[in-house]
Amino acid sequence: MAGPVNWLSQVASVTKFGLLSIPQRLGSVAATLVGIAGVVAVLVGVLSIAEGFQKAMSASGSPDAVIVLRSGADTEMVSGLNREQTRIIADAPGLARTTNGPVASAELFVIINLPKRSTGTDANVPLRGVEPPAFLVRDQFKILEGRPFEWGRNEVIVGAGAAEQFAGLELGGTIQVGRHAWAVVGIFSAGGGTAESEIWTDATVLQDAYNRGETYQSVYAKLSSAEAFTRFKDALTSDPRLSVKPLRQTDYYADQSTAMTKLITTLGVLIAFLMAVGAVFGALNTMYSAVSARTREIATLRALGFGSGTVIVSVLFESLLVALAGGVCGAGLAYVAFNDFHAATMNWQSFSQVAFAFQVTPGLLARGLMWALLIGFVGGLFPAVRAARLPVAAALRES
Amino acid sequence: MMNETANAALVKVDGVEKVFHRGSEEIHVLRDLHLTVAAGEFLALMGPSGSGKSTLLNLIGGLDRPTRGTVSVGGERVDQLPDRKLAAWRARHIGFVFQFYNLLPVLTAERNVELPLLLTHLSRAERKQHVATALAIVGLSHRAKHYPRQLSGGEQQRVGIARAIVTDPTLLLCDEPTGDLDRKSGDEIMELLQALRQAHGKTIIMVTHDPHASARASRIAYLDKGQLSDTPVK
Amino acid sequence: MKFAFLIWSNLRRKKLRTALTFLSIAVAFVLFGFLSAIRHALTGGVSLEGADRLVVRHKVSIIQLLPVSYQQRMLQIPGVAAAAHLTWFGGTYQDPKNLFMQAPVVPEEFLDMYPEILLPAEAKKAWLATRTGAIVGRKSAERYGWKIGDRVPIQTSIWAKSDGSYTWEFDIVGIFDGKNQNTDTTPLYFRYDYFDESRQEMVRGLVGWYSIRVKDPAQAAGVARRVDQEFQNSPAETKTEPEGAFVQGFVNQIGNITLITAAILAAVFFTILIVTGNTMAQAVRERTGELGVLKAVGFASSQVLLLVLAESCLLAVLGGLSGLGLARLLTAGGDPTGGMLPLFHFPTRDLLAGVGLSVGLGVVTGIFPALQAMRLRVADALRRM
Repeated sequence: MAGPVNWLSQVASVTKFGLLSIPQRLGSVAATLVGIAGVVAVLVGVLSIAEGFQKAMSASGSPDAVIVLRSGADTEMVSGLNREQTRIIADAPGLARTTNGPVASAELFVIINLPKRSTGTDANVPLRGVEPPAFLVRDQFKILEGRPFEWGRNEVIVGAGAAEQFAGLELGGTIQVGRHAWAVVGIFSAGGGTAESEIWTDATVLQDAYNRGETYQSVYAKLSSAEAFTRFKDALTSDPRLSVKPLRQTDYYADQSTAMTKLITTLGVLIAFLMAVGAVFGALNTMYSAVSARTREIATLRALGFGSGTVIVSVLFESLLVALAGGVCGAGLAYVAFNDFHAATMNWQSFSQVAFAFQVTPGLLARGLMWALLIGFVGGLFPAVRAARLPVAAALRES
Repeated sequence: MMNETANAALVKVDGVEKVFHRGSEEIHVLRDLHLTVAAGEFLALMGPSGSGKSTLLNLIGGLDRPTRGTVSVGGERVDQLPDRKLAAWRARHIGFVFQFYNLLPVLTAERNVELPLLLTHLSRAERKQHVATALAIVGLSHRAKHYPRQLSGGEQQRVGIARAIVTDPTLLLCDEPTGDLDRKSGDEIMELLQALRQAHGKTIIMVTHDPHASARASRIAYLDKGQLSDTPVK
Repeated sequence: MKFAFLIWSNLRRKKLRTALTFLSIAVAFVLFGFLSAIRHALTGGVSLEGADRLVVRHKVSIIQLLPVSYQQRMLQIPGVAAAAHLTWFGGTYQDPKNLFMQAPVVPEEFLDMYPEILLPAEAKKAWLATRTGAIVGRKSAERYGWKIGDRVPIQTSIWAKSDGSYTWEFDIVGIFDGKNQNTDTTPLYFRYDYFDESRQEMVRGLVGWYSIRVKDPAQAAGVARRVDQEFQNSPAETKTEPEGAFVQGFVNQIGNITLITAAILAAVFFTILIVTGNTMAQAVRERTGELGVLKAVGFASSQVLLLVLAESCLLAVLGGLSGLGLARLLTAGGDPTGGMLPLFHFPTRDLLAGVGLSVGLGVVTGIFPALQAMRLRVADALRRM
């Protein structure tokens, strides 16, 4: 039993000597630390964009919410339903009901252009027409400021994300679109989902303003329970009067975000890979010079009887410690700098802006630390082996 | 036979004082030092450690400036030359030989010897010529392409000497040239230095501990506690 | 130049360290190349040929359609040399993830408007003779394996044919190339007359947007104003802007790409500066004695400074050139996202900027050690050797 314990204490001693000599090599150690911190910070920062975007898209749907489009339509934009069809959909089995009727909102939207605050140039914003149940379908709907719009009037409420990203959407302001003026009477939030990037008004008023007659594009509804989906779907697809596509909202949004997420993730991973490779070279450099600075010292230890294995483990350990310190700094920096940073980008499917916040998730932080440790491991392994294999006599003579 | 006193003084050190500061302490290494070295002399400077021998050598070679006093070499006031001119003057007039050879390990012997010539306007061919000559004088032509780590101590020192003479300087300053060598190699080096003086008329000032080395000099001066004298300290 | 061997041999001193530093610098520049390509892919859609073109779209948003009758009215406006229209078809081929642009156009006026589209004369003739004919850019043709004579089905969810189906078939009559690297050769263009007759009656006579060529680019702003004034009180109001501004506005919707890529690059280069600077400082510190010897032998302080600086610059530039060269090679493979970034390549202008950056890196990493070397007191240096 003395063997492993003895060995461990040897490793501890050798590591301690190494760590104690760090003040003499402060420059190099600091450089590696900064290098790894920088890499981790950039990696986490770039990937937090993808996380944030995905979160905004997936926060939009809950498992008991559904959306019904015209069959063959991939997005709301290209879908079309008439009044009759929306009534039939609302009457289908499986939907939640209140005293006012089924929780189903027939909706349509148009794209309008407004100047984006961050760039000053115009960007697309969805202007959505809804029916009263819309506020119930989106679980976390809440009016933050002002009041809901009055039905039948040219009034709108603005999502918190849209209000932040675009100029001119303050409470009490007016949006001028073509020949129509819309008064902003309220700001709302919806749990961070895409609805927060939209502007809402009464569907019938919107239809009038844009000569849409009695056509809608979709029906947003709430199921009585998540399991009721099959019943609901079957009823609709087997109805000969309809040619529709019912989807769980979670599936719909997941699909919508794939293109953008793919773009960001591909680019993010590319950048991450290159940075990690560079960091490995940098770490190797530092560790090799750390080892060579302590050649005589390590040789002395070995002459005294410390084994090669001990030396390898302790050099590796030192490298991992420095890398970990760098990783923690980098992760911390990324969190402070990027978490909850608000931005907006284009949602290709709706062709309009979706507001989201960078998300530095615990998972991402953990990944960052893992990368740091990996870099520290690779960067320390070869120098460690070299340190253990130096011919002792020659090393002792070296000045 | 040359009349020593009739020869012009090549080196004149007058009333020189050198003070070093270590933190708040003041260390007087040299005090009111006077020294004259005639052209063609081979002067050995001896004395205990810390007596200031190397410091004096550095002052004569323009590697350092005196706190007080004057240093002139070949009529030139070395202590007054501005830095840039000092470097150029050094390249032209002084050859240094160090105890630990001080060769650049990344260069071959001939490249090491060539170093001072890079500061001149000689063409590549001319430089090669001078290097070959210098190496021939020290007897190391056959080792021209070797790296210092492939040479013995004695050979490395000879390369150092070749480097020191390659620009044909007036004055050779040697700091413990045999200090790191065994008896036999040390003797070879001393013979070489003597030959340089006799056959090529070089003036040599050498700092040394080694009585065998100083025996080869034409004059010995003793330095103790910053003061020069002609007799050894008891 | 005679000092070259001295500089070079110093780098060979600790080969492993030099190699590792070289590699980290090279990797940083590969990253630089990729980020430049990404930035260019997203923002570089403006071409030289677009300098005299304006884009006219529905004022409310590009999604809204404009009447085709506007074309005649536009041609009457002073300053307008030509007009052509395009419409977003929004189709995919086989896999819905296969993204590329398709648009119905009027062949003659379209080819006139976009001289950067190079189509062989026979192909043009064939296109004019075939109602269902389409020309496709070389990139897409190669990607999907299309040849002249192929009949390709494109699925769209926007435009239903009058028979109710959403699948349109086109005959490939020509493959076009781009005049320069910035020209997008992924789109497919087919005939407007075929499109208009085959689509549903309700939406006939409507197009997506217009491209106008102005007689004098200096008068572009005035012409734009006049176009918008012409349609001011019509049901479909217009917004006219130069092509460059239009593209930029579109890109801005994706995000402030330039800022993001610049920020990442700044972080990367800052990191590499620290790491390389430290290596350089170490390398010089180790050679204190040798530098002292050089000074003793007669090298002036300024010469010693230049020597150290030359060393760091040489390493930085070698690493930089390698990284940039590798980036150029790797980006030549084209779009890594499979269709979202058709203009993916590493522009020469950025490459040259990269070279300048590598020199800068060499100077900044070398300057402090170089200054230290310059100020070395010879006597101290020699003692430490």
